[in-house]
Amino acid sequence: MNRIAALVVCTVLSCLSPSLLDAGIEETVSPQSADVAVPLPQIDAAHTTWMLVSSALVLMMTAPGLALFYGGLVRKKNILGVMMQCIFLMGVMSVVWALWGFSLAFGTDVLGGFVGGNDYFLMDGLLMQLYEGEPAAPVWGETGVPAMIFMVFQGMFFIITPALICGAYAERMKFSSMVLFSVLWGTVVYCPLAHWVWSDNGWLFTGKYEAYDFAGGTVVHISSGVSALLCAILLGPRIGFGSEPMPPHNLTYTCIGTALLWVGWFGFNAGSAVGANSAAANAFVATHLAAAAGVVAWAGMEWLTRGKPSVLGACSGAVAGLVCITPACGVVNPLSGILLGLSAGVFCFYACTTLKSKFGYDDSLDAFGVHGMGGALGALLTGVFASSSVGGAGVSGLMDGNVDQFLNQVISVVAATVWALVGSLVLLKVVDAMLGLRVSEDQEIQGLDLSQHGEEGYIFL
Amino acid sequence: MKKIEAIIRHFKLEDVKTALTEAGALGMTITEVRGFGRQKGHKEQYRGAEYTVDFMPKAKMEIVVADDELDAIVKLIVDSARTGQVGDGKIFITDLTDVLRIRTGETGAEAL
Repeated sequence: MNRIAALVVCTVLSCLSPSLLDAGIEETVSPQSADVAVPLPQIDAAHTTWMLVSSALVLMMTAPGLALFYGGLVRKKNILGVMMQCIFLMGVMSVVWALWGFSLAFGTDVLGGFVGGNDYFLMDGLLMQLYEGEPAAPVWGETGVPAMIFMVFQGMFFIITPALICGAYAERMKFSSMVLFSVLWGTVVYCPLAHWVWSDNGWLFTGKYEAYDFAGGTVVHISSGVSALLCAILLGPRIGFGSEPMPPHNLTYTCIGTALLWVGWFGFNAGSAVGANSAAANAFVATHLAAAAGVVAWAGMEWLTRGKPSVLGACSGAVAGLVCITPACGVVNPLSGILLGLSAGVFCFYACTTLKSKFGYDDSLDAFGVHGMGGALGALLTGVFASSSVGGAGVSGLMDGNVDQFLNQVISVVAATVWALVGSLVLLKVVDAMLGLRVSEDQEIQGLDLSQHGEEGYIFL
Repeated sequence: MKKIEAIIRHFKLEDVKTALTEAGALGMTITEVRGFGRQKGHKEQYRGAEYTVDFMPKAKMEIVVADDELDAIVKLIVDSARTGQVGDGKIFITDLTDVLRIRTGETGAEAL
């Protein structure tokens, strides 16, 4: 089993052969050639400061944010299983991103724009170098921000996206399979999708099918959400699902995790402006108000339909609002943000209660209900409320009568959904054949903490 | 000697302890327990999944007394633990064969 995993890593690493790297350097104008007088990169202190802070904020979303949010929702025998999924993904996905992920997502087009090339393999062109004897960090495009900070900021998204999927297969997926699936999924599903949506000439970023996705509604939330649904279906329900009670073991964790996600999301969304500017300010305020409206909407729905507003409902509403505003916060104003948050609270409430119980899949922690459905709703509503006063000349949505933009948003949702479903289906089958997806029945009953990690979350002596 | 096991409400624990210590009790043991009797459980909802919680949390107090003190101690517990509502709990009394103080090796009434 370990040999197979090692083989996969070696195979991928062998793709990074020096000849490929050299080819990449020759094609681009590299400041490394010492003969050419290249001016020192102009680094903008304000933008760089905000991006340093944002990168740290987004990392905080995976752990402790998501780790506590999800951790509180599982049974206590699986608390470490969830925490380890988050912490270990912070490790492995970061390394994958630095070595080849960033290049596949943000490199120059290869395969007809399907994916990025090898320009930035092994962080080539991102690292500090000598400019006429002065060491300095190259800048990313026109941003005034060091390229490696842009790389690491985007890397935090690469970590949290597979971590979101954990919510669907919680309490039953084998750890080794989870790691292999996440690495493959990040490389094969996430990187091409990020390339389509965010690279300079991605087919969803510019041109006929330009769709607005400011901070990752399609790349992060739809992709992880629909992959999560597939995981839930292919892995099957947890033993005892529907017959045994499986209440959250510690909603106080979930509450703390929600608050950390909320704060971290300011980096996620306002950081996606890649600068300390008006766009960041708008994204920050719209993000905050959408989360706030989400809390009111979801808890309010429970209050109306079930008589009591629940803490878990308020927390879920905040996350639903945040998911929904993610693609929109660069093109809609904060008042529309309130509408997005309210819509997400109501819509995701029904997705996680009525829809799930109707079809009976065990999306254990509602990764699909919140991220898949909330992400799709956000992408569509972005096409409704997009406004030129926020997004700039030429930006408009259905409210301004721009039907084409709305259709482009629909296309982006369909593209992300289909790509994530197909990619995940193939990868899950591959991982299943190699390692098997689920732990054994005994191990599942014992809990992932002991069976996968040989530890217990709670030892009180 | 008798052993008294009293299943009581958490919020009555302090009242019972105070009544017994004022009457001269020198020790007792408390455990967190869950169970049900006449008192019905409640329903909990988590994102639409509804669970019925039958086992209600209670406190269990164990105290050992000499035979002649039994009635007075039981009355103290009953008086201080009662609210009159369903769910006040129960008291179980059993004969106790022996008690041994580990430090000194004393047994029987000496060890209480």
